[in-house]
Amino acid sequence: MTPQQAGQTGPAEEGTGGPERRVRVVLVDDHRMFRTGVQAEIGRTETTGVEVVGEAADVDQAVTVITATRPEVVLLDVHLPGGGGVEVLRRCAPLMGAAEHPVRFLALSVSDAAEDVIGVIRGGARGYVTKTITGTDLVDSIFRVQEGDAVFSPRLAGFVLDAFASTDAPPVDEDLDRLTQREREVLRLIARGYAYKEIAKQLFISVKTVESHVSAVLRKLQLSNRHELTRWATARRLI
Amino acid sequence: MPVAPPRPTAEPPRADRADRSARSAVPEDGTPWRRLYRSADGRLLGGVARGLAGHLGVPVAWVRLVFVGLLLADGLGILLYAAFWVFVPLGIGGRAAAQHRPLFETADDGRRRLRKPDKGQLFALMALAIGCLIFAGDLNTADRAHRYLWPTLLIGAGVVLVWRQADNARRASWTAADSRHRRLFQIVRALVGVGLVGMGLTVFMVVRGSAAQLGNVLTAAIAVIAGIALLAGPWLVRMTQDLSEERTMRIRAQERAEVAAHVHDSVLHTLTLIQRNADDAGEVRRLARAQERELRNWLYKPEGTGKEEDEEPGTLAEAVKKAAAEVEDKHGVPLEVVVVGDCPLDDGLSACMQAAREAMVNAAKYGGEGGPVQVFAEVDGRTVFVSVRDRGPGFDPDSVPGDRMGVRESIVGRMQRNGGTARLTSAPGEGTEVELTMERADA
Repeated sequence: MTPQQAGQTGPAEEGTGGPERRVRVVLVDDHRMFRTGVQAEIGRTETTGVEVVGEAADVDQAVTVITATRPEVVLLDVHLPGGGGVEVLRRCAPLMGAAEHPVRFLALSVSDAAEDVIGVIRGGARGYVTKTITGTDLVDSIFRVQEGDAVFSPRLAGFVLDAFASTDAPPVDEDLDRLTQREREVLRLIARGYAYKEIAKQLFISVKTVESHVSAVLRKLQLSNRHELTRWATARRLI
Repeated sequence: MPVAPPRPTAEPPRADRADRSARSAVPEDGTPWRRLYRSADGRLLGGVARGLAGHLGVPVAWVRLVFVGLLLADGLGILLYAAFWVFVPLGIGGRAAAQHRPLFETADDGRRRLRKPDKGQLFALMALAIGCLIFAGDLNTADRAHRYLWPTLLIGAGVVLVWRQADNARRASWTAADSRHRRLFQIVRALVGVGLVGMGLTVFMVVRGSAAQLGNVLTAAIAVIAGIALLAGPWLVRMTQDLSEERTMRIRAQERAEVAAHVHDSVLHTLTLIQRNADDAGEVRRLARAQERELRNWLYKPEGTGKEEDEEPGTLAEAVKKAAAEVEDKHGVPLEVVVVGDCPLDDGLSACMQAAREAMVNAAKYGGEGGPVQVFAEVDGRTVFVSVRDRGPGFDPDSVPGDRMGVRESIVGRMQRNGGTARLTSAPGEGTEVELTMERADA
C-alpha cells in the first residue's frame, strides 16, 4: 500500500478571509475510520487553518510520508503496527532536530497506560492529548506545538507529577531530575483543568512564563535519565 | 488404607484451585476435608500423614503411628510413605484452618526458628525414632544388609531433603513473597541433599568393591553420565523447548479466550443496547461512556483481570475513580479524573471522599454544560488535596440563601467536622471549583 497523500493544493491556498495561521499536518493512526474522523473535524482548512498533507497507518508508511512531506506537526498514535509511536519518533529523530522546519510530534492516544504516554513523551513528542479531545481543542494544541510549545493534557500533567513525586533514589542529575516549586504548581493547575490564561492569572505571571515552565518540564521529562520513570509506570506502589 | 483421591486431578493443583476445591469439599456441618492432598501446613516431612488424617477424618497421630508400625514390617511404612509423597499432589487441606502450626515460626524480627513442638508431635517423633531403631536393629542381625544400611540411609536422607525442597519451591510459587535470605537457605538445603545422595552412592560403590577401585569406579561413572548426556542432551533440550512453547501457546489461548469472553459479555451487549436506543442520544452517550470506562479499566489495570468492581475501594485513587464513575453514569456528564499518588483510606479521608462526591454531583448537575468536570486528587506527604472543577455558569457564593444546606452542610460542614478544610471558588460565568484539604491520620 502506498502512502495516501491528501490534496496538496487546498482551496484555501488562493482563498481569502481564512485564518492567517497555517499549519501542515500528517495523521498517523492505524484506524482508517479514526483518520477520516479527525480529517473531517480539523481538515477544513479555510476555517481551522490546518492542512492535512498526508496520512499513514503503520510505522514504515509514517516514516516515508513524514520524510516526503516534511509537515510541521505530526499527530501520532501511540499504538501502531511495526513498533508503535516510539519507533516512528526514533526513526524521525533527525527531522525533529532539524534547524529549519523541524517536524514536531503531538501524541494522540486512546491509551490511559502511563507507560505508553511517558514513553512517547520521552521519545521526543511535544505533547499528549487523548482521543476524546474536541476538535477545537485539538486544533489549538496543534498550533501550540507548531509554535514550539508543549501541550500537556490534565492527565499527562498528572502522570508527570506522579513520576517526579515518587522518587526515593537520589536523582542522577540534580538540575534535570527535580521539578521546581513553580513548575509543580503549573503542572498541578494543568492537572486541575486550568487553561494557560487562567494559570497565569492565578499565579500572577504572564502566559509566556507559563509556557516556558511547561517547556522546561517537558525538557526535563525527555532528558531525565532516571530509570524510575519507566519502572514507576509499571509498578505504582502505595506511599 | 485409601488408594486414590476420590476425583483424580489431571494436573497439579495451584493454590487457588486447591483452595477452592477444598472449600467446596467442606460439608455444611464443618467436618474435615475429604479430598486427598498432602498437607502443605503443619507437616513434619512430606505432609502425607496430615493429608491422610484429614482425608480419613482421624487424628494425625494415629496415622503416624500406623506408619511407624508398618515401618517395623520390613520397612513397608517407608515405602508406602514414599509412594504417597511421590504420587499425591501437595495441596491445602487435611487440617482445620484454625490450627495453623507450621514447623517453623516467624519471630518478631522476621527470622524463622523452630517452633516449640507440642506433645502430640513429640510423641510421634519419639515413636518414629524408636521404630527406626528397631528397624535398624533388625537389619543389623543380617550381616550382608549391614553393609548397605548406612549408604541407604544417607541416600534416603538426601532424597528426603531434595523432595521437601521441591515441595517448598512449589509452595513458594503459591505465596510469591520470598526473601533472598530464605532463597539462600533453600539452595543450601538442596546442595546438602544432593551431597548426601552423592556420598551415599559413592559409599555404595566403595563398599561393594574396595577403596582402591574408587578411582576406576568414578571414572566409569563419569564416562557413563557424559555419554548419556551426549546421547539424550539434544532430545532433552528439544523436549524442554517444545514444552515451554506449548505452555506459551496455552497461556496465549487462555488469554484470548478471556478477552473474547469479556468482549462478548460487556462490549457486544452494550453495542446491542446502543443499536436499540439509537434515537436516544443521551442514553447512547451514557452507555458508550460507561462501556468505555469499564473496558479501559479492564485493559489497563495492572493486575490484568479487573473483575472486582463491586468491592469497596480501599485506597484514595480507587475511591475517587469509583465516585466519579457513579456520578458520570447517573448524571450523564463526563468527569475527567486525574489522581497523583495514592494512599489507604482512613476515616477522615472517607469523609473527604463523601464531600468530594457531593461536589462532583453539584458540578455535574449545575456545571455540566460547559464541558467535562475536572476532578483532581493529590497525595502530597501527609496532605490529601482534592479539587472538583466545572466550567458551568458559576454563581456568586455570597448570594446563596441561608437555607440552602447542600454545600454548607454536606461539603464544608462535613470537612470541618473531620478536621479538614473546604474552599469554594465561583464567579458568574467562570465556573465553580471546590477545593478540599485533609490530613492523613497515619504516616
